[in-house]
Parts: sequence; C-alpha cells; structure tokens
Amino acid sequence: MSFWLVLTVNSVTFGGLLFLLSAGFSLIFGLMRIPNLTHGSLFMLGAYIGATFVIGVFGVKLNFWLAALLATLAVALLGALAERLLLRRLPGEQLAQVLVTLGLSFMAADFCLMVWGGDPLSVATPSELAGFQRFGALVFPNYRLAIIVIAIIVAIGLWLLLDRTRLGAMIRAGVDDPDMARVVGIRVSQLFTIVFALGAGLAAFAGIVGGPILSVYPGLDQDMLPLALVVVILGGTGSLLGSFVGSIIVGFIYNFGQALLPELAYFVLFLPMLLVLLLRPQGLFGRHVP
Amino acid sequence: MSRKITRRKFMAGTAAGAAAATFRFPAPAIAQAAPFKLGLLTVKTGPLAQGGIQMEQGIVTFLKEKNYTFAGRKVEFISADTGGNPAGTKTKAQELIERDKVDTIVGPLAAFELLAITDYIAQQKTPCLSLAAAEDMTQRRPNPYFLRASATSSQAMHPMADFAAKELKLKRIITISEDFAFGYEQMGGFQQTFEDNGGRIVNKLWPPIVTPDYTPYLAQIQDVDGVCQGFAGSNPLRFLKQYAAAGLKYPVVTGETGGDDALLRSFGDEAIGLYSCCPYTLDLDTPSNKRFVAAMNKEYSVDPGFYCAGLYVNGMVVEAGLQKTGGKSDDKAELMKAMKAVTLTDTPRGPIKFDHLGNVIGDFYVRHLEKANGKLINKTVKTYHNVSQFWTYDEKKFLEQPVYSRNYPPLKS
Amino acid sequence: MTIRFLALVVAFAALATVPYWMPGVYYINVASQILFYAIFALGLNVLVGYAGLVSLGHAGLFGVAAYAAGYMLQLGFGHPLAILVALVIGVASMAIYAALSLRSTGIGFIMITLALGEILWGLAYRWISLTGGDNGLSLKSRPELFGFSMSDVNTFYYASLVIFMLSLAAMTVFVRSPLGAALMGTRDQPRRMNALGYHVWAIRFYACLFSGLLTSISAILFVYYTQFISPQTLALTASAEVLLMVISGGAGTLLGPIVGATLVVVVKTVVSGFIERWNFLLGAIFVAIVILMPEGLVPGTARLWRLAWRQRERGASVTPGSAEAKP
Repeated sequence: MSFWLVLTVNSVTFGGLLFLLSAGFSLIFGLMRIPNLTHGSLFMLGAYIGATFVIGVFGVKLNFWLAALLATLAVALLGALAERLLLRRLPGEQLAQVLVTLGLSFMAADFCLMVWGGDPLSVATPSELAGFQRFGALVFPNYRLAIIVIAIIVAIGLWLLLDRTRLGAMIRAGVDDPDMARVVGIRVSQLFTIVFALGAGLAAFAGIVGGPILSVYPGLDQDMLPLALVVVILGGTGSLLGSFVGSIIVGFIYNFGQALLPELAYFVLFLPMLLVLLLRPQGLFGRHVP
Repeated sequence: MSRKITRRKFMAGTAAGAAAATFRFPAPAIAQAAPFKLGLLTVKTGPLAQGGIQMEQGIVTFLKEKNYTFAGRKVEFISADTGGNPAGTKTKAQELIERDKVDTIVGPLAAFELLAITDYIAQQKTPCLSLAAAEDMTQRRPNPYFLRASATSSQAMHPMADFAAKELKLKRIITISEDFAFGYEQMGGFQQTFEDNGGRIVNKLWPPIVTPDYTPYLAQIQDVDGVCQGFAGSNPLRFLKQYAAAGLKYPVVTGETGGDDALLRSFGDEAIGLYSCCPYTLDLDTPSNKRFVAAMNKEYSVDPGFYCAGLYVNGMVVEAGLQKTGGKSDDKAELMKAMKAVTLTDTPRGPIKFDHLGNVIGDFYVRHLEKANGKLINKTVKTYHNVSQFWTYDEKKFLEQPVYSRNYPPLKS
Repeated sequence: MTIRFLALVVAFAALATVPYWMPGVYYINVASQILFYAIFALGLNVLVGYAGLVSLGHAGLFGVAAYAAGYMLQLGFGHPLAILVALVIGVASMAIYAALSLRSTGIGFIMITLALGEILWGLAYRWISLTGGDNGLSLKSRPELFGFSMSDVNTFYYASLVIFMLSLAAMTVFVRSPLGAALMGTRDQPRRMNALGYHVWAIRFYACLFSGLLTSISAILFVYYTQFISPQTLALTASAEVLLMVISGGAGTLLGPIVGATLVVVVKTVVSGFIERWNFLLGAIFVAIVILMPEGLVPGTARLWRLAWRQRERGASVTPGSAEAKP
C-alpha cells in the first residue's frame, strides 16, 4: 500500500518538474511550428547559471530563488537573442530551423563544458524546503512537494497570461492560425520573440528548480530534451492544459513503468508516445494541425 | 590537410623533436634518437568528459614531473578526443597509430570504447594501457597487447563485499546499478563474494543509464540492511541526493566510480557515511602519492581521483617498461613483455605488479566518507593487499564460470 | 554543361586516385568513412529532400542492418549470405518503420520516427543475447573480394568507392525517374497529387524502401570498416548527425548530402585532432550555414555562383539587392 502511495506522489512531483520543462517547449512548438531542439540546452544553461550563483561566484552567494530569477532572466534574454538574430531569418524553413537549433545545442553543450568543466555540480536544496514530511511510515521530501506547488503556480500564471491578457489572446490567435492573426493586425513576428524568450526562461527556471533533484552535469541537455518531446506529443502542442496533463501522465508512466516493468525500462516512455502518435497524432489535447 | 598545422600536442620543446615530427618516416639510423610517442585516447567532449578530462590531467602531471623524458628519450605526447563513442574511438586509434605512429596508447576510458579497438590494437601490435574495466579483456578474451593497471569491474567489489559481510556485518543487501555491462560485472562480483560470506542479495535493481529520477527504484528499497550502488560518472551524485531526500538511512557501499575522490568536490553532506572500495585513495601515505597530489593541487587546484591516478600510474608503467628495454621501443612485443613484467613498489596507488593476463595485482582501499574541518574526505579504514582480479578464487574455476552479468550470479529465491 | 561535365571528370579522377595523393593511410581511411557516411546521407535525403519527410530515427534502421550483418557473421555464415540477409532485414525493417510512420507527415512524422529510433536503440541495449548490449558485437574479418582482402586500406577504399558510385548512380536514376518526379510532387503538392490519381502513400512507401536500401548498404560498409557495432550507433545523436549532413549540404540535391557528409566527417575526425573545442566549431558551422545559405551548402554556393555570373554579364547596371530578390 505504502509503495503505491509513494509511487503516486512521486509521479505527481516528477510530473510537476516535467511541466516546468515542457510548458515553454509546447508554446514555442505550438506558435512557431518548430521543434526547438535547444530546449534541453536552455534547461541545462539555466541549471548551470543558477547553480553557480547558489554555490557562489566572485564572492557573491545568492539565495536560491534570487539565483533562479537571475538564471531565468539571463536565459530568456539569450532565447530572445537567438530568435531575433537567427530564427527570425528563417520563417517557415523547417529544415533550416532544425539545423540551427541543433547547431546551437552543440555549441551550448560544449560551452558549458568549457566554462564549468566536466565535474557535476550539486545544488543544495533551499534551506526552508529541506527536510521531510512524515505520514506514518511514509516519507516525502519537502522540496518535491514544493515542486508541485511551484508547478501549479506557474501553470496558473501562464493560464492567466494566455487567457486573460491581450498578449495571451494574441499568442493564442497566433497558435490557432498565424496567417489570420497577421491579417487582423497582430505582429506575429514580435510575438515569436516574446514567446521564445518566455519558453527559454521557463526552461531555465525548470533547470534550476530541478537542480536540487537532478544536479547539473554535462549531458543533462540530452537527458531532458526527449522527456520534453514525449510530454508535448502526449499532451498536444501549443496547449497549456495538454502539457500539464501530459506531464502528469508521463510522470505516472515513468514512475510506475520503471517500477513495475523494469525489463521494459528503456521503452516505458517511448512506447506510449508511439501509441499516441499512431492513434491520436495531434495529442490528447492538441488541435489538429494540418 | 597540410601536415604543417601545429597539432595540439605536448611536445618536447626541442627543435630536434619538432623536426622529427614533421618527417613522415624517420630514417632507421636516427630512430633511437626520435622521441617516444605516447598517445592518449580520452573523452573531452560530451557527457563522459568528466572522467576524460581527469585522465588527461593525470598523464600530463606525470609527464611534467618527468620533464617529458622516459629512460633518456624525449616523450612526444599526443592527445585524441574520441567523443565517447565506439566509432570515434576506432577513428582516433587509427589516427594515433597510422598517422602519428605512436609507440604506446594510454586510454580509452569506457569499456565499449576499448572493445571497439581491441582487435585493432592487437593487429597493429600497439601496447594499450586502459582504465576500461571490461572483465573479459583480461579474462576470457585476453589481448596480448592490453595491460590494465587500474582494476577490473569486480576487482574492488570483491573486497568491498568481504568488508560489508565481515566488518559491517550486513546480512541483506539490495544492489542498484546502471543497466549496462560495467554495472552487471560490479554487482555480480559483489554478490558472489557477499553470498560466499553468508550474506544475501535480496534484489537487484537496474535503472537505465539515463535515469533523471531514481525514485521509482528508491521506492523499492525496503527491509534490508544495506544498499550496494555501482553508479559511474555524475550518477552517484544524483543517486545519493535522491536517496537521502527519500529518507533512506541504510548504509551504502560502492566501488571506485561511486565514491571517487574527485566526486568529493561535488558531493553534499548527504554522501557522508558512504563506504567505497577503490584501487586509489587520496589519503595514501606514500612518497609518490604525496608528489602526485601536490602537483595536482598546484596545477589544477583540485584533489585527484581514480581517473587521474589511473593515468598517472599508467605513465609510470610505460616509463618502467621503457627502462627495462633500455629505451628501445621498435619491437613492440618486447616492449609489451617488458611492461607486463614491471613491478613497482611505490605508486600513488601503492605497490603493483601484473598477472599473466595483463591485469594488475595491487592494493585496494576501503574508505569511509566523513566530514573533517568542513571538508568531505574519504578516510581509509581497511587496506586489502595484493588483490588479484580473481580475488581468493581459483583462477581456473573463476574462468570456467560465465562472466558476471545481469543474471549471473542468479538471485537466490 | 561542359563546365559541369569537366568538374565531374575532375572530381571522379580525384576520387579514383585518393590512395595516391592522400598523405597517409589514415587519410585514406577517413576518405572511406566519408564515402559510406555519404551513402547513408544519400539514403536519408530520399526522404528529407525529395519526399519532405524528416526522419529522426534513421540511425535505428542503420543499426538494425549493421547488427544483422554482424550477427550473421558471428554465427559463422559467409560474407555473401550475411550481406544479403542484412540487406533484406534492413529493407524489411524499413517497410515496418514506414508503415508506422507514414500515417503522418510533417512534425508527426518526425516524432514517430524519433520514437521508433529510440525504441530500436533501447532494444539494442537490452536484447543482450542478440546484440551483446553495450559491449557490442565485434567482427573478426572483412570479406575477401575476388581474392583481394578488404582488410587492405586501399582495397577497402576502392570497394567503398565502387559501391558509392553505384549508389549515386541509382540515386540519379531514381530522382529522374517518373517515381522520383511523383515523389517530389507529393512533397510539394500532396493534395493535388492525390486528386490527380496518384497513390501518395504508396509513392512515399516506395521511397522509404529505397532509402532503407541505401541505409542498409552504408550500414554494412560501416560494420566492415569499424568491425564493431554497439548501441551508440543507434542513438538519437547519430540520427541527428546524419540529418545534419543532409541539411547542411543541401536537402533535395544530389551532391548536397555528399558535401555534408564530408564536412561532418572531416570536422569529427581530422579537425578534432587540432581543435579541442570541435563540437563548438561544428555547431558554429551549422549556424553559419543557416545564416549565410539556409538552403544548404550546395544550392547556396550554386546561387552565389549564378549571382556572380549574372552580375558580370549585366555589368554594374543591376544593383546586387534586386538581383538577389528572386532567385
């Protein structure tokens, strides 16, 4: 009984982290119609920058949340720059976009190796969230529970942004029908920059929030990118609800799959993804994109 | 593709050395005066770079200490980055052997890299001293041109299991390690010795090599006396963090990669209490280790770990072998024979010699991870002397049983 | 036309004499690698360039054919049989791969192929009795060909060259055939093609089979070259790498994938010996290609060439900007 409960709670907490990772990916994918293959790199960059501030650099040692904020802003700025300077030049050229995002991810991975070396960095759990909650014989780390709360706050924030603001309305219009959005006077290209920066910032935020659990190491980018892909495929692109539900589902598949079917641990994520692709290609919550 | 491009190499600074390097075929008459060419296969890019960079630091530290001179010959050092994949390793081995005509190769890092070139180095008759721990390279599929001064996968796990059973008095242990050959061989060795000493492996968990979150596995760890983990790279860090966060308190034991001294700078307090068995330990009190650690501290401002020390010792073996041949390296079979016969009494990892299959017989150290003066240290608590790859087992019987694998030894029901 | 013909003759002569002008055995081996990776890239280009279907799991198929060849040889079958079986298995797997992935196009196709590639990679890792897991399969020998041992560097190079030329010829014929034309039609105007009575799915399926054949051929050469195969060969990064070859050289052109393969192999093998941060460099090259010639190196260079040519003919009367506007 306790085993199941532990797995369930862990599924939800891991799902929360996945949501932070994939929400930005889904937005970029939905609006700009490109699989942003630098997303894992942005996650890793955020984690490295945040970890550096937390550990202390040039004698400055920052509070975890301040470090997270700084890392988020820095990477969001980088994202905006990448969009302005590179992706902007390639509207509708999917192959060129794949090439440039992959190229950037190569550069980012090697850059991190250059700056931070190969040693993994450990990110200390913020002191106010260290420790456990005990429920009888069960133990849940506070930090993991906090991730659920953070994910919900971010989800609500994003929902308000997308659903209740003018900017959000424009983004949704852009996701649904970019041509029509242009016709009614929305400057879709400016939206692209904003959404890309937002997505990059979210990825970086996920990276630093994930730091105390995942630690930061070379190769983190390649480990996380497929997870973001799986979530977005399951949930459907461009849908906030989709990536939220997708994240939770993937959290469950991951935890229960690895625990119950250890022989299939390698396929546990990709078999369901394949099934969804074959049976419902637009994802569970995605709108059909021709 | 001009050959004039200056390659990144740690060359003997002499004009003669530089001139010889630009000739493709040095004339036999000057061959002996030509530098000894030492090639390094390592990983400097991608996820495995952590160990690979340390390997290069280790060998360079030794070369600097010797002023790039072995047995009176200048040493020309050429470093190649395999990128951490087998096809890249093959290409880089060809580069070192066919283009740069190296006399000896140190490295590569990973078992799959070594296995991709083992037939090739035997054909090319180029001695190779690697850290890669794949058991059968010195057991059931030995390669006459391969020498291992570090350890096989299970070589440190046999004494670790002995210690866990006899000193820690653990009875029921669950093992967890990456789902690949290095993990199987480590855990297999642990299981065999642990169960021979009255212990019992309750379950074996095998998370895939890429496992961001170990909690599905941690949830299965209950009703045991201890945990044996065999993680490598950055995974030990993540595993111990998540282990502690899940509130698990069972003692954890591990091998050389799971508690490496180089990881101490990354670990947090959650690692305190970890027992690890390793062919190298930072606190070993020998002259050569003191020299080595001081040089590493000075040059790179870090404490060395197992990968660094492994390559430093490899360098010592090559030098000693070259001294035995009187500086001659033309006959690779002779050179190999000489290196295999090397016995060193003082290396950073203690005294070493080789068995007839080319694997090291040396000391293994069980360490306890503690905090002293605000710093994490591995404190040696027991030294097992002259440990061979066969532990206390009879060689013939050992080689008759299958190589340790996911299902061997099987779990007792 | 004559310039192009002349260039082809020069290129062929250069390729045919590689062992005579390359500065050493190592570089001949690099040339062999370029050749079989170029065949792989040609195979992927059938889908990416001519069918408009971006496959991100091709390394998985490559691996299946390679393992098939390796396993047959390990069981002690002769080289001809092993090669034949590897080709059949490679193409048959492609048929399954295509049947699953062709339900979708665009992003959907990318994602299905990515999932299939990852599943094949996982199989290679876990089906240890067949693949040897991450310890891989080793191959003792390369085949003898009409009495010449392929272990010889030059013989292997020439064997690769012959197979490469045949593959390129097959590719040329394919592109110019009615099937090739129909395939490009399905890429540009799938609905119209359907309305015209073409069976779009079948055309794409045949293209996939052809792609699978080329992929299998290159995989067999790869196995003979490295004499080793392990799960890394099937990894997502390997799929991405060959995709980068195709796109950087120029998707949908005959020469593009060859140029791309040359670029990637040379940076990975030769340049990485001189520049420690070669991964960064490779990434930067890709980004530069996208900025300077997003259509790829071959079409991009051709565009610049035409531009320069036209400008010289027209003199200074045309401003560069207007000449560039509509290629």
